[in-house]
Amino acid sequence: MPAVDAITPLDPHAWRTDFPILETRIRGTCPLIYLDNAATAQRPRQVIQAMVSAYEEHYANVHRGVHWLSDQSTDLYENSREKVRGFINAVHGHEIIFTAGTTAAINLVARSWGDSQVQAGDEILVTMMEHHSNLVPWQQLAERTGCTIQFIPVEDNGTLALDKIDALVSERTKLVAITAISNVLGTINPLQEIIAKAHAVEAKVLVDAAQSVPHEALDVQQLQADFVAFSGHKMMGPSGVGVLYGRETILERMPPFMGGGSMIRRVRLDGFESADLPAKFEAGTPPIVPAIGLASAVDYLGRVGIEAIQEHERLLTQHAHQVLQEVGGVRILGPGPGQTAGIVSFVLDRIHAHDIAQICDRHGIAIRAGHHCAMPLHKALGVNASNRASFYFYNTLDEVDRLAEALKDAKKIMRRA
Amino acid sequence: MGNKSHKMMHGEEEIYQEHVLDHSDDPYHRGRCSEATHAHEDDNPLCGDVVRVELRIRDQRVEEAWFDGEGCCISQASASMLMEELEGKTVQDVQNFSAEQMLSLFRAKLTPNRQKCCLLSWQVVQSALYSPTGDDAGNGETG
Repeated sequence: MPAVDAITPLDPHAWRTDFPILETRIRGTCPLIYLDNAATAQRPRQVIQAMVSAYEEHYANVHRGVHWLSDQSTDLYENSREKVRGFINAVHGHEIIFTAGTTAAINLVARSWGDSQVQAGDEILVTMMEHHSNLVPWQQLAERTGCTIQFIPVEDNGTLALDKIDALVSERTKLVAITAISNVLGTINPLQEIIAKAHAVEAKVLVDAAQSVPHEALDVQQLQADFVAFSGHKMMGPSGVGVLYGRETILERMPPFMGGGSMIRRVRLDGFESADLPAKFEAGTPPIVPAIGLASAVDYLGRVGIEAIQEHERLLTQHAHQVLQEVGGVRILGPGPGQTAGIVSFVLDRIHAHDIAQICDRHGIAIRAGHHCAMPLHKALGVNASNRASFYFYNTLDEVDRLAEALKDAKKIMRRA
Repeated sequence: MGNKSHKMMHGEEEIYQEHVLDHSDDPYHRGRCSEATHAHEDDNPLCGDVVRVELRIRDQRVEEAWFDGEGCCISQASASMLMEELEGKTVQDVQNFSAEQMLSLFRAKLTPNRQKCCLLSWQVVQSALYSPTGDDAGNGETG
């Protein structure tokens, strides 16, 4: 392998020292093994410190005052927008709308774009592997407008049934709402192929990038998606802030969703005029300090290197598939390594997911148990509940080995060994 | 008790005690109740545990109690324990059987999160008392 092309492998131990919470001992004894990153990531002290400084030195409301502190706060907030713009390579800063998170971003599109553009007879195309946050807002839109929802099925191996898409996309399709990476299966979906098919019938495309943005590079211009939603807290930023990217020409034609301060240019007793982008969609005091924290997380991600993160997670996932198979009785959901991101969901023969998570907890291991906010997908897979281990760059191969040991212990305790 | 997991416990009491595992592996009255007069089913949507309970009540007394369902060891073992406990009790006794009594019937100490698993079958039983199968003759149809 030519050295110039190779990605320098990252050393998780070196980065871990930036994460105070990874020093935690569960119940005072067991070192924490945090494998619930798809639910939320941990944050380094640099991000925490950026927020502390914002509160201690620069905090006031934004876009309000003529006073010095408000200018400081506004600059930091708007610089955060610019940082996010650069991070996803949007053309304009005002295409970045700060929201409360992915869910809020998707609901914004459903309410504003959906209510104004979608009517009875129209179709919204989603996949069977969507998180509830990219399904329920469309179900609600269907209730309001009478549109219908179509589903791209999932194959037994956990990939999308791409051969079914042509039959599902038609001139009735107004929107394709699709996750970049399944939060359960880890499946990386072929977005470009699907976006091209959607655009061929003039449908818009919303990408739920909550699981992809923390782990792989996103270039919205190259992707050609119309909307992209993601959250701060899964990429080491704080909870309470997320991003809606929307193409300028589309956002400009959308009516405001929430009314209040900031989103208006002028208010009279008999009506109002909307503000320009991005303020039009940021009613009320925005998540000022969380946005500053998110910008700091973007900086941190840049220092670690998104390609190195992806490569390290590929190693962890590959290792997990290997050692989990060796436990015996483990069925891993979803396609094998190579087609998945750092998410490994599994079921253990004759032991319920909750009992497994409980026993893992005794080993200090945090994994998810349940349906992971994807009940229709679990139904399609014929599984009631599953366990999910999800990785980030600070996880180590040794932690994956500990997970396998905990599963063996679960088999012993539950008399399944 | 007495399995190796003990050293992992750090003072936490073992949930997966022998009697819990016994009920889970070899449950009491898992299946359908013939000539059921009362039935109810519910789930815990947070985790997907499901329990269905069918009762045959005659002269204000539970003659037979059966359950079926799917879920974690705690939800299924507790249902089995409860079926055993209920039989022979009067309807009044069952109504008076409190959540606290259910938790002590289970014996192993549970965190608040897992108490929900243990109490699912108890809740279903309480509802079943008010859910006649629709035919007073009790022909076993439990739609």
